[in-house]
Amino acid sequence: MADFLRTNQAKVLDRWCEIVSATARGRMSPDDLRSELADLYGLIVGAMSGAGVAESGELRSALVALSRSRARSGFSPSETALAVFSLKDAVFELIADSADMVAEYLTFSRMIDDLGLHTFEAYAATREEIIKQQSEAMLELSTPVVQLWDGIIAVPLVGTLDSARTQLVMEKMLDALLASGSSHAVIDITGVPTVDTEVAQHLLKTVMAARLLGAQCTICGIRPQIAHTIVSLGIEFGDIATKATLADALAHALRSAGLKVVPA
Amino acid sequence: MAELPIDSGDDVVRVRQHVRAAAADTGLSLVDQTKLVTAASELARNALVHAGGGSARVEVATSATGRAGIRITFTDAGPGIADLDLALTDGWTTGDGLGLGLSGARRLVDEFELVSKPGAGTSVVVAKWSR
Amino acid sequence: MERVPILKIGQTLFVSIQIDLQDQSVVQLQEDLAEELVASRATGVIIDITAVEIVDSFIGRMLATIGSISRLFDAETVLVGMRPAVAITLVELGLFLEGVRTALNAEQGLRMLNGRS
Repeated sequence: MADFLRTNQAKVLDRWCEIVSATARGRMSPDDLRSELADLYGLIVGAMSGAGVAESGELRSALVALSRSRARSGFSPSETALAVFSLKDAVFELIADSADMVAEYLTFSRMIDDLGLHTFEAYAATREEIIKQQSEAMLELSTPVVQLWDGIIAVPLVGTLDSARTQLVMEKMLDALLASGSSHAVIDITGVPTVDTEVAQHLLKTVMAARLLGAQCTICGIRPQIAHTIVSLGIEFGDIATKATLADALAHALRSAGLKVVPA
Repeated sequence: MAELPIDSGDDVVRVRQHVRAAAADTGLSLVDQTKLVTAASELARNALVHAGGGSARVEVATSATGRAGIRITFTDAGPGIADLDLALTDGWTTGDGLGLGLSGARRLVDEFELVSKPGAGTSVVVAKWSR
Repeated sequence: MERVPILKIGQTLFVSIQIDLQDQSVVQLQEDLAEELVASRATGVIIDITAVEIVDSFIGRMLATIGSISRLFDAETVLVGMRPAVAITLVELGLFLEGVRTALNAEQGLRMLNGRS
């Protein structure tokens, strides 16, 4: 089959380009398309004859690159895979009459199927990577730490407090306590939609971590809706001060720090 | 890959230092390094104190999802653990089942596997992967 | 085996743990500190763990014990300088060291001790 492909390169490649450009709908110039398919053709023939690790590795990288560049040009992953599959059609048209090529064609067909699927996998993997990066960025953005006053920092929590966020909150809060030399932290949970026993445990961990660095914590922002849930779940905050509003928490922290706000 | 003996208090310190260096090289975050070394310290001490000695094999490895990390296997030829369920009781609020620090160590790592039988020693394999 | 030095400044004993301590050294520290408290009649102890990278359950419990022992001799102990990574690991282990007073650094720890008296 490899020999056949080499000998009939011009004819097969032309037909392949024809089939693929019918679906390209102007997203790629005919020249770019031809050069892209010609390169791929060369690599496929190389992989078939050489069957070496280097050749197949090169082919797979080329397919990954193809998948990425086509995704950027607005092709769906199916279109990219179909472009690869249509090489089979181009080849079949030319050997339809030669019965002795049937077995070889079958092997060739399976190989092309595998390559087409590989472009699909590459597409999926790229999407996964993008989603992961975005969720990490979101996590970072939603965990700010603010200096409320000398020695008092505030950690407004936004979104669900799961173990991943708790880790990040603890890291940022403790680093901020150290950097600012603060001895008080106000944890505002107004933006936390639900407080169940798991979230309460995460909060407890966070408070205890701050305490190990010598800081007192005040939790504020307990909304009326979740206050009921907290009590009915039997969650006890023990000796951790809880206040309704950030203002109350600040007043409390100032008092604990021995500070007083007086009129000028 | 390194095979470290655990036959003295100094050996436990050496295990800590070795794991710390290996974890740093693998690109684990500072907090993750600290957690892994702390878990290693707990397990190494277990081997020394409860089993009279053992060894730790530290290897650089790759997770099933392709992340680089460290895998440590602690082996001892001690009396073994009779009640595994009790030993692994999650004692986060009440203190650990057999005082073996096992449930704590488990919380600090990504993978934890314990094999033990009375009279046949104990083997604990832990792993932590970079994010 | 390394012995951790204990410094006396005024009414306070200072202990700065600089190296990766072997279990035995921590036990020895407990004993040395008890002896020094009796000998010096100090009223405060500052244990500085700024340089400590790993605190596992054994060392954590020992630190808590030191706090209790000091109280027996009518001295208050403050643990200072815990590293964020260590604190995060300890709470994950469930070791909150609740009976131990803590401060960000030796300066704040001293303020805490003096404020008390």
